[in-house]
Amino acid sequence: MTVRVQEQAFDLGAEVQAFAFGRDDAGAVVNFTGIVRNTPDGDLERMEMEHYPGMTENALKGIEAEAMKRWNLKDCLIIHRYGTLRPGDLIMMVATASPHRGDAFEAAMFLMDYLKSRAPFWKKEYTTDGAEWVAAKHEDEDALTKW
Amino acid sequence: MIDVLYFAWVRERIGLPKEQVETSAATVAELVEELKAREERYAAAFEDVSALRVAVDQELTDFDAPLAGVREVAFFPPMTGG
Repeated sequence: MTVRVQEQAFDLGAEVQAFAFGRDDAGAVVNFTGIVRNTPDGDLERMEMEHYPGMTENALKGIEAEAMKRWNLKDCLIIHRYGTLRPGDLIMMVATASPHRGDAFEAAMFLMDYLKSRAPFWKKEYTTDGAEWVAAKHEDEDALTKW
Repeated sequence: MIDVLYFAWVRERIGLPKEQVETSAATVAELVEELKAREERYAAAFEDVSALRVAVDQELTDFDAPLAGVREVAFFPPMTGG
């Protein structure tokens, strides 16, 4: 179980390779990667990702521990960035390793649903029109009820 | 003394990320009332607490959470990670 909260970019290929490499206990590795999406008008200049140092790491570790309890996982990894991000930049990734793919897929979905609305991150988008905090979506909160 | 932290638009509206507050409030809700009574910028930030979330000692909780023995309280809007 690993959690990394960092400002600098991460190498997606290297991270997934290192996570999957050398395992003989897990037949399935699932990776989800979050990317900064541009606005429909294509005018996103940057995104500032704010977080709550200390609580962020603890919240993510708690979410991982819950996933390890609910599914048959051999390992999981969360990397989440903060600071200035631009369209197309990788924001975050999760990876899960399990003997079979069902648990790996479900646990990855669970990690994503929980970290979206239970880990203390806030996004502010800067477009050519100005700056605006991204509002939380009701469907993100609703997504938690299925777990 | 309790460390009070603000994030995202709550931080912007109040104008600072963190402050030490001398308080005898028994709950988070009472602390909010004390802060609102201070100045307009606090009253504006806490106008609708249903739009806010609170963490006590870095754990998400409710506004009726007790403050006895607490070191840190943080106020922020609903989170938007991922």
